[in-house]
Amino acid sequence: MTDFFQLVFSGMATGSIYALAALGFTLLWQASGTINFAQGEFVMLPAFVMIAFATFGAPMPLAFALTCVVAVAILGWAFKRGIADPLLRFGLMPIVVATIGLSIAARNGIRAGYSAEAHPFPSLFADKLFTVAGVNLTLADIGTLVFALALVLGTQAFLARTVTGRAMQAVAQNTESATVLGINVPRMIFYTFAINAVLACAAALLVTPTYLAKFDMGESLGTKAFFAAIIGGFNNSRGALLGGIIVGVSENLAAAYISAAYKDAVALVIFMAVILFKPQGLLGKKVERKV
Amino acid sequence: MTLIRRTFVTTACALALAGPSLAQAQAIKIAGLYELSGAGATAGTNFKNGVEMAVKEINAAGGILGRKLEHSIADTQTNPGVAKGLATKAIDDNAFAVFGPVFSGSIMVSMAETRKAEVPNFTGGEAASITKQGNPYIFRTSFTQDTAMPKVARYIANGLKAKNVVVMYVNNDFGKGGRDAITKALTDVGVKVVADISTDSGQVDFSAPVLRAKAANADALFVYTNEEESARALRELRKQGYNKPIVGETTLTGQKVIELAGDAANGAVAHVGLTIDAPNPLMLKFKAKFYQDYKYFSDHNGIKGYTGVYVLKAAIEKVGKLDRKAVAAALHGLQISAAKQPGVIMDVSFDANGDLDRESFIVEVKGGKQEVKEILPPLSKK
Repeated sequence: MTDFFQLVFSGMATGSIYALAALGFTLLWQASGTINFAQGEFVMLPAFVMIAFATFGAPMPLAFALTCVVAVAILGWAFKRGIADPLLRFGLMPIVVATIGLSIAARNGIRAGYSAEAHPFPSLFADKLFTVAGVNLTLADIGTLVFALALVLGTQAFLARTVTGRAMQAVAQNTESATVLGINVPRMIFYTFAINAVLACAAALLVTPTYLAKFDMGESLGTKAFFAAIIGGFNNSRGALLGGIIVGVSENLAAAYISAAYKDAVALVIFMAVILFKPQGLLGKKVERKV
Repeated sequence: MTLIRRTFVTTACALALAGPSLAQAQAIKIAGLYELSGAGATAGTNFKNGVEMAVKEINAAGGILGRKLEHSIADTQTNPGVAKGLATKAIDDNAFAVFGPVFSGSIMVSMAETRKAEVPNFTGGEAASITKQGNPYIFRTSFTQDTAMPKVARYIANGLKAKNVVVMYVNNDFGKGGRDAITKALTDVGVKVVADISTDSGQVDFSAPVLRAKAANADALFVYTNEEESARALRELRKQGYNKPIVGETTLTGQKVIELAGDAANGAVAHVGLTIDAPNPLMLKFKAKFYQDYKYFSDHNGIKGYTGVYVLKAAIEKVGKLDRKAVAAALHGLQISAAKQPGVIMDVSFDANGDLDRESFIVEVKGGKQEVKEILPPLSKK
């Protein structure tokens, strides 16, 4: 039984990182109807930017802060102005293709600059081990889980409790009415992109010590996050958290009790089951097609 | 008159035929097929850098038989299909010898091409089966699992006095070959394998396999995975507080693994065929020069690539002409001494299959560095 809890707990830590990336998916979708298939690379790029700042001698917190600024500018503003805005008026397909292209470009760009080898990344948390009822918990696992949960819940609270957050939600629900109510729609959409960029930086900070900084680290992360977002419900931010944790935990359990070879298939199986039986996701609401 | 004319015509024809080949023979072409991306990037990049460094040195010293080496580099993406295609291309480009791929799964596929074209092929692959196909053109740059694993098994049985062992391996050609070899070698020395744990290439989360290793409660753990996965496994083992000896073969204590795993690598023990920390002046020279050129310390794959080129040089010089078939034939049974050919770093000999034999080491990671615990003599000297 302790084994089971051990697996569940370390799965939750991994899952909370999927949740961060998945939250970005749902936010962008809700606010602007963008599906960003470069979401995994949005986590990979900040990892390398942090390494770059760190090599110039910046301590980790400063490197993180600077990276957030760069990410909001590039992954937020430039991504919105350069790719999302011009392409969205042609429907969903061009943006899907464009973000897939972006992910390939980002991966190969990093590979050309940093080589294809994995680079070590300093852990945010000290190497401390706790044993609770036979279950070994590291400070890194607990820290990751708490930090990720805090970010997801913080984003939730921001959306639900602040004027800006509510305005953003209004934009997501009905752009026309929001405009009529005097909300600055483009600015609210930019905020969403900016939040997505910061969440990606936070995910990078948490995930890279285990994933190692490598040009293709975003590949599986992006896919898992996408599954998590669909499983939890694409139009619900809490769904992203639930979906992420479900994927993380079930992967770990499958690796131990079925076979490591089927680990990656589990997320896909749950994904298919959800699509078949509850297409709007576990926490999602049915949305009638807008005409 | 007719005779003279005929001779003239024949000579002219011969010259015309020889013309292009003389021009082509200016440089000795070495085609490198390396894992520069994908799961094998660390191994492939090191191997490539080693070859590159040796080529530069040899060219600076006047080449082989007065001819310069020309080194071409191609990325197999750690994909056997791509490797095979690149091998065909290398042959079309008239390569004199092929270096790489390093991954066993790739060389197993690509060497069919070099064999068909009768081009000597040096590989970093360690799967035992590579040299068991009767291919006269394949040559190793390191030990095969069949020669390395008995040394590891002997260490586990006699050095650690372990009665039973857990084997954790990566589910690819390299890992499966190693697992079969170690299982056999352990059985031969009377050590029991109590758990046999398969992991994936590119696996990120090692909590499940480590949990199973702990649950088996054996005297020691043998880990046989590629670089990144070794680092993750070591981290997870430390995290879950695994306190039995962790033994590996070559990869487990590699430079990249130590760099990626950090403190978690301390205490890991491995048998290595090659290490830059070997107490050997030629190795120290190699280590310093490699660091100067590439700004990091080479792992065993760098040494493999480097010495491989010098083995080829020794064979060509022995034959005295650029004849692929003769060079391959001369390599079988060749003994090269480091005193005469310093580039091979350690005395080395090849057998009829293309397998090599030389001294090897048991190393332990201490304070983030490999330390040589024991020097093991070549198998032939036992």
